[in-house]
Amino acid sequence: MFVALSTVLMVMDHKYDNLASLRAGLSLIVYPLQQIIELPGTVSDWFGESLSTRRRLQEENDSLRTQQLMQKVQMQKLASLESENIRLRELLDSSFEVGEKVLIAELMSVNLDPYKHQIVVNKGELHDIYPGQPLLDAKGVMGQIVHAGPYTSTAVLITDTSHAIPVQVNRTGLRTIALGSGTINRLDLPYIPNNADIRPGDLLITSGLGGRFPPGYPVATVQGVRHDPGQSFSQVVATPMAELNRSREVLLVWPGISTTLEPAVPADAANTPSIDVVTPDETTGSGAEPPVDASAAAEPETP
Amino acid sequence: MTLARHRGGGVILLTFVVALLLTIVPLPEWARYARPDWVGLVLIYWCLALPDRVGVITGWFAGLLVDLVTGTILGQHALSLTIVAYLTQRLHQRIRLFPILQQAFTVMILLILHQLLALWISRIIGRPGAPWYFWAPSLLGMLLWPVVFVMLRNMRHRFRVR
Repeated sequence: MFVALSTVLMVMDHKYDNLASLRAGLSLIVYPLQQIIELPGTVSDWFGESLSTRRRLQEENDSLRTQQLMQKVQMQKLASLESENIRLRELLDSSFEVGEKVLIAELMSVNLDPYKHQIVVNKGELHDIYPGQPLLDAKGVMGQIVHAGPYTSTAVLITDTSHAIPVQVNRTGLRTIALGSGTINRLDLPYIPNNADIRPGDLLITSGLGGRFPPGYPVATVQGVRHDPGQSFSQVVATPMAELNRSREVLLVWPGISTTLEPAVPADAANTPSIDVVTPDETTGSGAEPPVDASAAAEPETP
Repeated sequence: MTLARHRGGGVILLTFVVALLLTIVPLPEWARYARPDWVGLVLIYWCLALPDRVGVITGWFAGLLVDLVTGTILGQHALSLTIVAYLTQRLHQRIRLFPILQQAFTVMILLILHQLLALWISRIIGRPGAPWYFWAPSLLGMLLWPVVFVMLRNMRHRFRVR
């Protein structure tokens, strides 16, 4: 009887998602266990913060201040570029979302099934987390939420074998799909034709197709391209930008909801050259879209 | 089967909670794949020691909790631990009489069965196959069995769990 029961459970969990509420409810039971595991880390963090010396704190403060200054400068450029971008888009009569609502979450230090690339974050449905929500870190896309419990949620990383993410090559606009390889530092791009323009070092960004990930976030850099004349597709592997096994703080994004960034700098700064803006999020997201159409038109020519 | 005969349910629960904790406690990268199946070991012990109290039902609920904490598909561990509990319960009179080494070997067989079911299920839902070290937890479980057995037996005698 229990065998039948668990089989039914598995089928329901795999094929349909009507077990989400059951899983959410049961995850409440598991939450204390996860908290106990977290405890040593939390305590040592607390001690580390309260016992660190004045000098170290000052040093950290200084470095953070310089970092913030640098980023402010970059933000100024970004703001001007954004306003320019919005103006241009208005001319083209197309809407463009400036920024997304984000929430910072922390990973919980619990280990899951070692053969699945999953992580647990310490935010849940009570923070409006929903299944399918994109998860980023400071450097790029990490994955997406699969189960949202009340206080915690489980996310699957982009390198999990069951995960695929629509991407495009930032340089050429070539769109493709990056599949998880099961190895933490590798993504496979199996659907690139042999004659496609792709080189090691190319940046892959989210294309926004599929509607799950917002467009323009960096995903990976191309590591190696191998053309096999006997195959119709070349074998391309890429390294994820996000520090999938090192990040502790992660960002959860709500793609639909935008927080408008006010342009901090008036229009006279808008004609500064825009080459070295470090945050590629908005600039590439908008700049790369016209080539998408071009590549879409070019794709049918491939044999 | 009156309540007076049964004692120390809390101790049994506690051992399962500790086993669940050990299932998700962070391990260094090289040791992640060799995490022994603590819940399986504890379940086998209690099925041997108190087959009239701990059995298929406990196995099912313990397995469901393992599914939750490890993020596997709901029911996978529940199914395999149910079967492990059933077999242990059926064979408990024989396994109890085995010398400890032979017992450990039997435990390994049970754990391998547990993992084999997990592997089948993950293949059915389309996950890739397992490398050779996938079986390390069963082997480790065998090596750890004497320790677990002695520890849990002392605990059972100390708290007079019946």
